[in-house]
Amino acid sequence: MLKIENLHATVDGKQILNGLNLTIPSGEIHAIMGPNGSGKSTLSYVLAGREGYEVTEGSVTFGEVDLLAMEPEERAVAGVFLAFQAPVELPGVGNANFLRTALNAVRRAKGEAEIDAIQFLKLARARMKVLNMPDDMLKRPVNVGFSGGEKKRNEMLQMALLSPKLALLDETDSGLDIDALKLVSDTVNSLRGPDFSALVITHYQRLLTHIVPDRVHVLSAGRIVKSGGPELAHELEASGYGAIQDAAA
Amino acid sequence: MAAVTETIEAVQSVTESGYKWGFETDIEMDFAPKGLNEDIVRFISAKKKEPAWLLEWRLKAYRHWLTMEVPHWAAVSHPPIDFQDAFYYAAPKQGPKSLDEVDPELLKTYAKLGIPLKEQAILAGVEGAGDSPSEGGRMPIAVDAVFDSVSVATSYKERLAKDGIVFCAISEAVQTHPELVQQYLGSVVPQGDNFYAALNSAVFTDGSFVYIPKGVKCPMELSTYFRINAKSTGQFERTLIIADEGSTVSYLEGCTAPMRDENQLHAAVVELVALDDASIKYSTVQNWYPGDAEGKGGIYNFVTKRAACRGKRSKVSWTQVETGSAITWKYPSCILIGDDSVGEFYSVAITNNRQQADTGTKMFHIGQRTRSTIVSKGISAGHGQNTYRGLVKISPKASGARNFTQCDSLLIGDQCGAHTVPYIENRCMTAKVEHEATTSRIAEDQLFYCRSRGLTQEDAVGMIVNGFCREVLKELPMEFAVEAQKLLQISLEGSVG
Ligand SMILES: Nc1ncnc2c1ncn2[C@@H]1O[C@H](COP(=O)(O)OP(=O)(O)OP(=O)(O)O)[C@@H](O)[C@H]1O
Ligand SMILES: [Mg+2]
Repeated sequence: MLKIENLHATVDGKQILNGLNLTIPSGEIHAIMGPNGSGKSTLSYVLAGREGYEVTEGSVTFGEVDLLAMEPEERAVAGVFLAFQAPVELPGVGNANFLRTALNAVRRAKGEAEIDAIQFLKLARARMKVLNMPDDMLKRPVNVGFSGGEKKRNEMLQMALLSPKLALLDETDSGLDIDALKLVSDTVNSLRGPDFSALVITHYQRLLTHIVPDRVHVLSAGRIVKSGGPELAHELEASGYGAIQDAAA
Repeated sequence: MAAVTETIEAVQSVTESGYKWGFETDIEMDFAPKGLNEDIVRFISAKKKEPAWLLEWRLKAYRHWLTMEVPHWAAVSHPPIDFQDAFYYAAPKQGPKSLDEVDPELLKTYAKLGIPLKEQAILAGVEGAGDSPSEGGRMPIAVDAVFDSVSVATSYKERLAKDGIVFCAISEAVQTHPELVQQYLGSVVPQGDNFYAALNSAVFTDGSFVYIPKGVKCPMELSTYFRINAKSTGQFERTLIIADEGSTVSYLEGCTAPMRDENQLHAAVVELVALDDASIKYSTVQNWYPGDAEGKGGIYNFVTKRAACRGKRSKVSWTQVETGSAITWKYPSCILIGDDSVGEFYSVAITNNRQQADTGTKMFHIGQRTRSTIVSKGISAGHGQNTYRGLVKISPKASGARNFTQCDSLLIGDQCGAHTVPYIENRCMTAKVEHEATTSRIAEDQLFYCRSRGLTQEDAVGMIVNGFCREVLKELPMEFAVEAQKLLQISLEGSVG
């Protein structure tokens, strides 16, 4: 499904990713852990196509296609979804309007009929219930005045509605209370299936007890330095990154 | 189907190749000779079979105009206008008396414009379309359409007449309600008020007239569509709205013009009078041809709009969405005379490519406890220049007066400009005046966020800009808000990336 080979990327001329290799087969969920500043968010932005994140070497294949050749919106409608570490506020833009526009963009790309406001509200409300979000969050401007945890839940609402093929979750668990963590995990787990894969970026093993990953990778200084099964997350929690970084150096 | 949906659909059908209203209609026209002199003024007056007092009124304006100079204080620049090189009167040759007599070519034009004229209701199988108060539960909209210099059709007239409401072409009102016209014409914007108002007073050809009797709440939106079609014509329409005691009315004007590589002049005057407890809501969606990307062609939109809140507790609310015109120069104002009267101004002005806009409002607080609110949203893209110019003037007698002004500018790209020129003259100790201003850019992270959800760059810009303008757009009558949103997005096409 997703194949990253020898990926090098710079931001503002600064080398951040240094020959990263990673393959996520369809249906699998992989976790990435790693120290602050190791390049996790950078990787997610490169995959989503953010301007200013320049790929200097390497390739990324998504299904059969060259992901790096696509515009961000093309990647989105092809099924890539990035849940932001810091979701962006859009003053004056109603959440419902935003979500429905996004959903219809994706549906158009799939050759499906656009969805009207009434059908949309039904769908959205059902998903919001699962995430324990109050209805009025649909009326409010996107992320404006949302608490940290509410913003993260709003990202999950978007993900659930757009039902992507590849979800990139950048520290979606940070700032969530214990109950919300459970709800968010349920949402991710509900999407699990043979056509869904995910890359879950997190600092905490706790998330991975809810969303049990197929593989865990450690990112350090812009490359994967260690990979393993779910147990790797436990090891890290116990011993920190120091030992791995030393071994890799 | 409600007539309104037609409008919205017409706008929705708009795709991405720029100005969609740039078609020209092939209709036999009746022109006055080019140029301007007393004979032209007499010609216009005679064409309209006007009473002597009105001819005198026009001539007085014309003579005054001759003594005046083109204003140059606005932050706009253009080559000098040759006032002798334009036609001051152009009318479709077939003089239509009612909708049924309207030239089908004209109706086609309006259909293209998405104007909900009677024929669309007929097509939809509505019986007595011009006379039915409500279709499908939606509020109907009465439309007056002004084509170049002449008002061609006023729908729903009979329905409105039941409530004693007069809604017709001003030239018709001169014949049917001369006493009202004579009493109020020029009472808010005097003939010699400014250069363009004087010119308008001399040569105005048509426009709408509205009178809402005491205590009547107008049961539908009133609407006028203006269109400049003929080449080298100026459009000088004059609108007069009088809301008698305790009455309410909501009025909307929409404007388009064909694409031409010459500049065309539009110098309108709008006068509003609100008596005790009356309320007028005046909304404008202005989409005159803005000129091409290099600044060739486009409408010079030099407009004087003013409201007199004469009555106690009267209220006037201006809402404008200005997306078109090469140059916009207009300051819809409120003279708050009656105690406790209220003035509001909600504005969105977009300048893209080489467009220039110098717009804002003036609020004159004269009565006690008068209140005004100003919300201005300026959006500049391309090489566009956008100026908010406002005046809040509080007289010594206006005790307890209050004003709140908010001016926000949004810049797209780095070749454009936004300027805010707020004047405040407060001569009253107990008055309170507040002003807030912000300037921002569309942030890269906002655009990326939208695109990462599947929105194209243009949809993303449109969405963010609409969000920025929300406070103003929500003041528009519901049916037109959708139209305005589309327009905003279309106007900004090609401005990013
Ligand atoms: N515009 C920029 N200019 C220079 N350096 C940058 C820029 N953007 C990011 N960086 C640097 O790139 C490195 C990787 O950042 P990134 O956000 O990918 O880290 P991360 O692994 O997600 O960290 P965290 O766990 O704190 O979220 C950091 O050292 C950061 O300072
Ligand atoms: Mg990060």
